[in-house]
Amino acid sequence: MALRTLATRKTLGAFSTFPQQLRGLQTFTLPDLAYDYGALEPAISGDIMQLHHQKHHQTYITNYNKALEQLDDAIAKGDASTAVKLQSAIKFNGGGHVNHSIFWKNLAPTKEGGGEPPHGSLGWAIDQSYGSVEKLIAKMNAEGAAVQGSGWVWLAVDKELKRLVVETTANQDPLVTKGPSLVPLIGIDVWEHAYYLQYKNVRPDYLKNIWKVINWKYASEIYEKECP
Amino acid sequence: MVMASVTTIASHLTSTFLYAPEFCRLSQSLHTSQRPCTRKSVSGTISANIDLKPPPYALDALEPHMSKETLEYHWGKHHRGYVNNLNKQIEGTELDKMSLESIILASHNKGDILPAFNNAAQVWNHEFFWESMKPGGGGKPSGELLELINRDFGSFEALIQEFKLAATTQFGSGWAWLVYDLEDKKLVVLKSSNAINPLVLGSYPLLTLDVWEHAYYLDFKNLRPDYISTFLDKLVSWDAVSSRLEAAKVSIEGK
Repeated sequence: MALRTLATRKTLGAFSTFPQQLRGLQTFTLPDLAYDYGALEPAISGDIMQLHHQKHHQTYITNYNKALEQLDDAIAKGDASTAVKLQSAIKFNGGGHVNHSIFWKNLAPTKEGGGEPPHGSLGWAIDQSYGSVEKLIAKMNAEGAAVQGSGWVWLAVDKELKRLVVETTANQDPLVTKGPSLVPLIGIDVWEHAYYLQYKNVRPDYLKNIWKVINWKYASEIYEKECP
Repeated sequence: MVMASVTTIASHLTSTFLYAPEFCRLSQSLHTSQRPCTRKSVSGTISANIDLKPPPYALDALEPHMSKETLEYHWGKHHRGYVNNLNKQIEGTELDKMSLESIILASHNKGDILPAFNNAAQVWNHEFFWESMKPGGGGKPSGELLELINRDFGSFEALIQEFKLAATTQFGSGWAWLVYDLEDKKLVVLKSSNAINPLVLGSYPLLTLDVWEHAYYLDFKNLRPDYISTFLDKLVSWDAVSSRLEAAKVSIEGK
């Protein structure tokens, strides 16, 4: 799957009026999807995919870049208060970029393997830990439905304990905020923007249907890397 | 002028004022409607008494600024869901037959939140939200409300800017509020996350705007700032805010 994340190296001089020495600041651009917006229908509508990618994810990236530039500036000036004040904007927007970049890889059209259950070592580990893929899905759907407000539900592997974990995070907190050794395998966005135009208030229907386009191949690759 | 997030006023949670009888009397004055003692479902199984109160206008009355479709889902599904789930939760417990405000305070439990809080607070928040809007809303406040706004924010325009900022920067789901701070005796703009409301933050709510995505997504998609502007320009009921301010002052002086 050719998914490219483009990062550009810009010098601070291009954005700042301060005559400082040139610093390299890596900022971010919107990664492409490996499929068309409409390719996940009927599980997720093309309208949602387009808005979600081009508006929501792009806004996180734009605001993350802005916050990073402000942070870079504050650090250069030794302005500790500003540096600390920027942390919530970094977490919201940087987290939003991190999470959505994973999410696009977690999805695939059915004709490209979306929805096909995991084989190999991940499938085996799921059976060991949860009894079956169906039981894991039921657990993730229950936890995803129970997230108050906005957030994510995750299947993760603890890379230290070599164990599968189901976890939820609030808002755009990345999974690592729940445990530094947690590596995301599958993340499902349960912010209302992820499903509202199609499923309205019925988040459980969205959760039931998204599994038809979940990219278990990608999840298996990550798992096999952490648990060879 | 003060804009505070829920985290910076978390210290209010330890205030004993919140749980004093004076505050409960105060919070009860916020709702002018009668609440019947019991509500029986058709099947007769749930008799917990929290009502789904309709907005004080027809579901299409806020068009074109807030669509009928939005009201049908927001009131008819989301608000109704909170009511039904709350009644199921409190049935047969000590929370059953308590007033909504009392359920909120009890389940907030000084920050150690109990399961009924989310539903109870969201029922209250949505009732308060419908009553914060009216057909042909917008415009400017007048009288004592405007005087206090000028005193505490400098100008009406400054209040609008601060309210817009709070509503725009409430990350994730939540609410923006104009409140009367009972300790400092001044108007303050607050934002809160998820279901948190001023009843548990030690201040007297005067106005709210729902910034959960379900409140605006059908009409505005991702464009929350446009929704906020439309609310302030076309929907906000400054009359309701003035009445609530009156009630706040009466409650405080009557202590």
